[in-house]
Amino acid sequence: MGQTMTEKILARTAGRESVAPGDIVVCEVDRAVLIDMQFSSLAVRWRQPLRVAHPERIALIVDHGAPAPTLRDADGHRRARAFAEAFGIDDFFDIGHHGICHQVIAERGLARPGELLLCSDSHTCAGGAFNTAARGVGGLEMLQVACAGSTWFVVAPSIRVELTGRLGEHCEGKDVFLALAGKHGSALNMNLDVVGDGLASLSLHDRRTIATQCAEINAEFAVFAYDDVVGEHLEARGVRGFSPVAPDPDAHYEAHWQLDLGSFGPQVATPGKIVGNVADAADLAGTRLDQCFIGSCANGHLEDFRLAAEILEGRQVAAGTRLIVTPASQAVYLDAVRAGYVTTIMEAGGVVTSSTCGACFGYHMGVLGDGEVCLTASTRNFKGRMGSPSSEVYMASTRTVAASAIAGAIVDPREVLG
Amino acid sequence: MIVEGRAWVVGDDISTDLLYPQVAYTMPLAEAARMVFRANRPGWSDLVEPGDLIVGGRSFGIGSSRPAVALLRELGIAGTFAESFSNLYFRNCVNFALPALAIPGILSIVEEGDRIRVDLATGTAENLRTGASVGGPPLPPELLSIVEQGGVMAALEAQGYLAPE
Repeated sequence: MGQTMTEKILARTAGRESVAPGDIVVCEVDRAVLIDMQFSSLAVRWRQPLRVAHPERIALIVDHGAPAPTLRDADGHRRARAFAEAFGIDDFFDIGHHGICHQVIAERGLARPGELLLCSDSHTCAGGAFNTAARGVGGLEMLQVACAGSTWFVVAPSIRVELTGRLGEHCEGKDVFLALAGKHGSALNMNLDVVGDGLASLSLHDRRTIATQCAEINAEFAVFAYDDVVGEHLEARGVRGFSPVAPDPDAHYEAHWQLDLGSFGPQVATPGKIVGNVADAADLAGTRLDQCFIGSCANGHLEDFRLAAEILEGRQVAAGTRLIVTPASQAVYLDAVRAGYVTTIMEAGGVVTSSTCGACFGYHMGVLGDGEVCLTASTRNFKGRMGSPSSEVYMASTRTVAASAIAGAIVDPREVLG
Repeated sequence: MIVEGRAWVVGDDISTDLLYPQVAYTMPLAEAARMVFRANRPGWSDLVEPGDLIVGGRSFGIGSSRPAVALLRELGIAGTFAESFSNLYFRNCVNFALPALAIPGILSIVEEGDRIRVDLATGTAENLRTGASVGGPPLPPELLSIVEQGGVMAALEAQGYLAPE
């Protein structure tokens, strides 16, 4: 029987010819990415290993609490540096060279086609855009992967996701994801093979947003088809010697999802969850906003800065509403400064922070107070996610968030952009 | 492996942010554990007794990789069972050696406060008050073995990757 993209990667890393749903396999991990959180956790104290199997496969990135907002983070960063020093971790991205891990993974070409990448952040599925089987696991499991180099998987069944058509005007990857979740719902513990001529028409920026968000529909692995767009990105970074995977024509899928990229306009997810909570932006127009946030691994890319600046140019953020914009990495920040986007956002009354996961998980630099309402282009809209348990988080594209910041309430960005 | 205890029943889509709110990140473990479910069931952690179990609906544990299981263990929770789990949360359960199993239909036989017995090796859950039972796929032997041997930390010590404590 033919295999899906994820099955091929799991089979290779397990040293097998093939795998099928239900198989339990132990896989050698091609790339292990550690982040600051497990070094600073007060719930699970970091224990420095005596040895690690493959230091050259390990990357270490400071992102969630960067620069350190608390003493606990500062102490965690010290432990992270000690780990990097002890095991000679070359791919160590400390303050100054940091960024949200999934952005750094993309910038540095750490997610390679056909390979298995694990990291202790749930949005690691972002790497799927590069034809990589990438997923988040717990910090404890990452310690195991760092030490032993391998971990287990129960092979999940797969869904074939076919994207067709072309994106509508002023729509983005976020709208694609929300429309997909709105149409098809949860992918609970299923692998996704994302393919189609619609996918080929999307920028890597949009693909990365979609891949990142697959965590919100509970996908296991979400592997996107390889093409020249991915190849050129990696070539520009000197990444070579990888072997992309493609699904076999007779690969078995439990379900077939299809989405016409031209069949929807700007989308918004209402607070709490994604599945079952997606509406047209126009239907929520007028919802008053205390805070607007553009950032995170999903939407803190340079392209997000460009889109936000385009809308904010010559305009002002509404009185009574805050706009916070957080670059996904130091590199994004520097490019956004050089391009003038940071100036434009600040002249409009927005705040541009340094790069961190920050406000997305309600930890620092943009926490919501009691009863406050936020429209975010970040990753999650759970109850209490960005601060107070009584605050509310709506989710939308960068354009929708920027346009809504000017209005002080949710708007369809096409009204502003014409 | 058989787990028996009093059941707390929660609904669908219980997120990791409800289990482990970010405000708890800067608290010591004992204090952080008091924050579990503060947004959806304020005061719940005061009512929990060691050995209690949680029975959830669909997509239990949706969300992040944060070690919510460590907080549940600190409260003395002896197992989490659900109609279905987010797999990242489920992996954390196995790795922290907290018994966990998806048992479709479990919510139909359990009311809050009931004592239940779950056999992970057979995949069956029984309500000790009503006698009703329901079954699903068992925990695979490979994963049951990780739980029985104390999870990842114990394994890494045994394999010489971590110094014993």
